[in-house]
Amino acid sequence: MRSIFGFLYKYFQTRPTYMNWFSQLITSTIGKKLIMALTGLFLISFLIIHCTINAMIFLNDGGVTFSHWGHFMGTNPVIRTLEIGLVAGFLIHIFQGLLLIKKNRDSRPVRYQVEAPSPKSTWYSRSMGLLGTLLLLFLIMHTAHFWIPNRSNQFATGEELNLYQMMLNIFADPLIVILYVLGCISLAWHLLHGFWSAFQTLGLNHQRYNSIIHFVGTAFAIVVPLIFALMPIAIYLNWVH
Amino acid sequence: MKLTLKIWRQKNNNSKGEFKTYVHDHVSPDMSFLEMLDVLNEGLVKKGEEPVHFDHDCREGICGMCSLYINGRPHGPLQTTTCQLHMRSFKDGETITIEPWRAAAFPVVKDLVVDRSAFDRIQQAGGYVSVNTGGVPDGNAIPVPKKVADEAMDAAACIGCGACVAACKNASAMLFVSAKVSQYALLPQGQPERKERVEKMVAQMDEEGFGACTNTKACEAECPKSIKITNIARMNREYYSSMFTNYEVTVSGGGD
Repeated sequence: MRSIFGFLYKYFQTRPTYMNWFSQLITSTIGKKLIMALTGLFLISFLIIHCTINAMIFLNDGGVTFSHWGHFMGTNPVIRTLEIGLVAGFLIHIFQGLLLIKKNRDSRPVRYQVEAPSPKSTWYSRSMGLLGTLLLLFLIMHTAHFWIPNRSNQFATGEELNLYQMMLNIFADPLIVILYVLGCISLAWHLLHGFWSAFQTLGLNHQRYNSIIHFVGTAFAIVVPLIFALMPIAIYLNWVH
Repeated sequence: MKLTLKIWRQKNNNSKGEFKTYVHDHVSPDMSFLEMLDVLNEGLVKKGEEPVHFDHDCREGICGMCSLYINGRPHGPLQTTTCQLHMRSFKDGETITIEPWRAAAFPVVKDLVVDRSAFDRIQQAGGYVSVNTGGVPDGNAIPVPKKVADEAMDAAACIGCGACVAACKNASAMLFVSAKVSQYALLPQGQPERKERVEKMVAQMDEEGFGACTNTKACEAECPKSIKITNIARMNREYYSSMFTNYEVTVSGGGD
């Protein structure tokens, strides 16, 4: 063990300088936000696919279409490889977010006694850490309901679980339905700031495109969480069965 | 007007500060906020007490020296400097809480005075242009489009007061640094150091311990010179372009 640490220590002491600019970039306050923006946009692209496939349940065909696409996503080798990137994207976004919260708190060790921010600054833009933490708790519950049992069953037996039937069972509990709807509300606020903010961090702020970025961001932040929230509600109210 | 003032008192950088309450009943609505504090201090001096220390200089809104976090907002309820804030913006009998700027990079010197030399060090790291010695160049010798000149001038309006840092929940200095980066990046005179400048200024900003940007727009809302966060996007672009494409000087130019 000692020799491994010794090697790593020596490596970082004498590592070639050609990648210094890169580590300098990603550890700067701007670079940390660049990582948040890129992973955030990647997770947004995932939401589009997740939302589209899950919305197949509204066809009300007993889950035939939904299961068809669920099977494709769960077995296609390209998708399964991309899934590794997705897990990494989530982990990087979460850990970098937590590190930024820590860094930003350290930047103001003594808090103000009175704080009355200007109404031009929205409460949700200042609460991305809180909203993200709520989403993390939701994500833990959500993956424990579907993704983890399904993938571990695939790993153990090679068989996929019937996700459609699992949805019907899980969303029979009103408490779970409420927790999912709350998760979707947190997602909506998180996206309402996050979508536009990612573009700003990437430096993509230009009079000609700002209105379209804001419009798409707002529409996305409302439509996607709304469709997601309707899923447990529809199942609970037996609109989908 | 009669006011109750809750003011942060702190003997020096090492001591622990606390709020002290003062009742001030000689306030005219036409006084500036700083004049109101001057009158308070006169009374304190007459009583043999230590006056409240606060930063001020030009008192006409152009130097950026006055600070003060008033009732939860930098420079108080209006988007001006504190010297341009008048007591008519407050109600008779109101309680006003006055705090210093709070940031790890702005240590409190005494009472409401903070050390903002972190901004000077960021400026020294790259906020300059090279000029030739010799005769004065002709004015307007280098053509600059009017719109670009205006944009650069808007960025250059920054007076370095630190309200952006004070307003930001992360105590981030991005609005200040981005204004300084922008004013040079936009103009032909700023091109020779363009890439190095943004790298060095951002590195110094991080070194000083300012936070990261969450794009909350709190800085823009409080800036007395109306600096826009489009400058922050521009600084980000400048920074990425510099980090990805700047020259790595590996051979000497033959000078040695």
